[in-house]
Amino acid sequence: MLMRHEDIEKKMGLLIFLIIVTISIGGIVQIVPLFFMHSTTEPVTGLKPYSPLQLAGRDIYVREGCYVCHSQMIRPFRAETERYGHYSLAGEFVYDHPFQWGSKRTGPDLHRVGGRYSDEWHRVHLINPRDVVPESIMPGYPWLENTPVDNSDIQTRMRVLRKLGSPYSDDEIASATGSLEGKTEMDAMIAYLQVLGTAVKTRR
Amino acid sequence: MADFFSGFWSYFIGTVSILSIVVLIVFIAGFSGKGGSAPTGHIWDEDLQELNNPLPRWWLNLFYISLVFGAVYLVLYPGLGSFEGVLGWSQKKQYDEEIQAANNKFGPIFEKYLQQDLQDVIRNKDALIVGKRLFSTYCTTCHGSDARGARGFPNLADNDWLYGGAPETIKTTIMNGRHGIMPPWEGVIGNDNVMKVGEYVRGLSGQNVDTAMASAGKEVFSQFCIACHGADARGNQALGAPNLTDDIWLHGSSRQRIQETIAAGRQSLMPPHKEFLGEARIHLLAAYISSLSQAEK
Repeated sequence: MLMRHEDIEKKMGLLIFLIIVTISIGGIVQIVPLFFMHSTTEPVTGLKPYSPLQLAGRDIYVREGCYVCHSQMIRPFRAETERYGHYSLAGEFVYDHPFQWGSKRTGPDLHRVGGRYSDEWHRVHLINPRDVVPESIMPGYPWLENTPVDNSDIQTRMRVLRKLGSPYSDDEIASATGSLEGKTEMDAMIAYLQVLGTAVKTRR
Repeated sequence: MADFFSGFWSYFIGTVSILSIVVLIVFIAGFSGKGGSAPTGHIWDEDLQELNNPLPRWWLNLFYISLVFGAVYLVLYPGLGSFEGVLGWSQKKQYDEEIQAANNKFGPIFEKYLQQDLQDVIRNKDALIVGKRLFSTYCTTCHGSDARGARGFPNLADNDWLYGGAPETIKTTIMNGRHGIMPPWEGVIGNDNVMKVGEYVRGLSGQNVDTAMASAGKEVFSQFCIACHGADARGNQALGAPNLTDDIWLHGSSRQRIQETIAAGRQSLMPPHKEFLGEARIHLLAAYISSLSQAEK
């Protein structure tokens, strides 16, 4: 086989095939098995799929690009768990499509922000963060307060999530559109933030 | 960690990983160094020709070193499926050890202060430094880094307390949280009366008012407001009803803000921290916060 690389280099199809095989090995051995583990595919005890309002809030979170500055992934280091609470578990994200782990913390991690602050704090803070945290560099999102939640396709979104594994019942999907009636994007956003990370109790 | 649906995946990972390393060794050993500097037969620009030189020795050695490193790593650390590695290392174990070490180091300090009376802790400078650190980490988001709060979030550095400023009361507040409710009154007393009683309330703290409106508002006040705020309007700390006669305003003292507060009500929520922080830390926080307002006196 010693001088056969010339053959490979001259046959384009074979070269492409062998390159694909080579670069796939890392993914096949590191990623594929994760789809066949209990801890990565099953929800932790107490985890509920997002309610329609929380789900709408989650979509606004994605739309506004919150993940660019906020992670949702508490790593198992004392420095992080002291500040944020219990480290994140894979089973807490099984209803997240896509997950919002993020990769950068310009602002703090948000995975266990649920219940940490009052609804009113979130409202004031989202309209103008400097009203409560003078040192903050986060932009304000005042339009959330005046924009009604778009409920036109919430049922479709829930049906898609059901195909991906979120156990919504037919009743829940049927009543989703009505449950968003009269709600603002601010309501949805706060509902989403207040449920984040609450499935696992933060203990000390 | 490795809680696979079936044992297959463990063998799958192990086999592919080991096979990859073996194949790489065979390939690299087979291809390197053979062929001398023989021309490949490719010639450009009349005399520019490609030679089949062996791989540089330094590069080849680095490659072998990384292969050996990989193999040793897979023996020592978890990586081959369910095999836990000779060292028995795991992320969780390392975290638990880190926490244990911190508890051993800091636990006795927290415990020592917890056993002391809050008044003694307030006089202990070292304890207050710890309290300040804790405050900066957990409390500043709402109450500000200077503890002077923001509109809707109480100033903790003054001597005005909604639920009482005794150190033990502050500790209770942090432990269990508080939920202050000002009910919405517009539906009960009507918009007209909201404006009147708002004017009266402004007058209580000596602000400029329309006297006719204010005196009309006094009647409304004595009918609906004294249950919580008291006949003298000095509030009730058992309910968290604020004193309306001082110039400290949680939600703003402008005509518009006061009318808003009366008409639509206010919900003020201090979340409970018992579970998240634990009593020992809250003990120190209560001492630190008390020290702020004692310094103010």
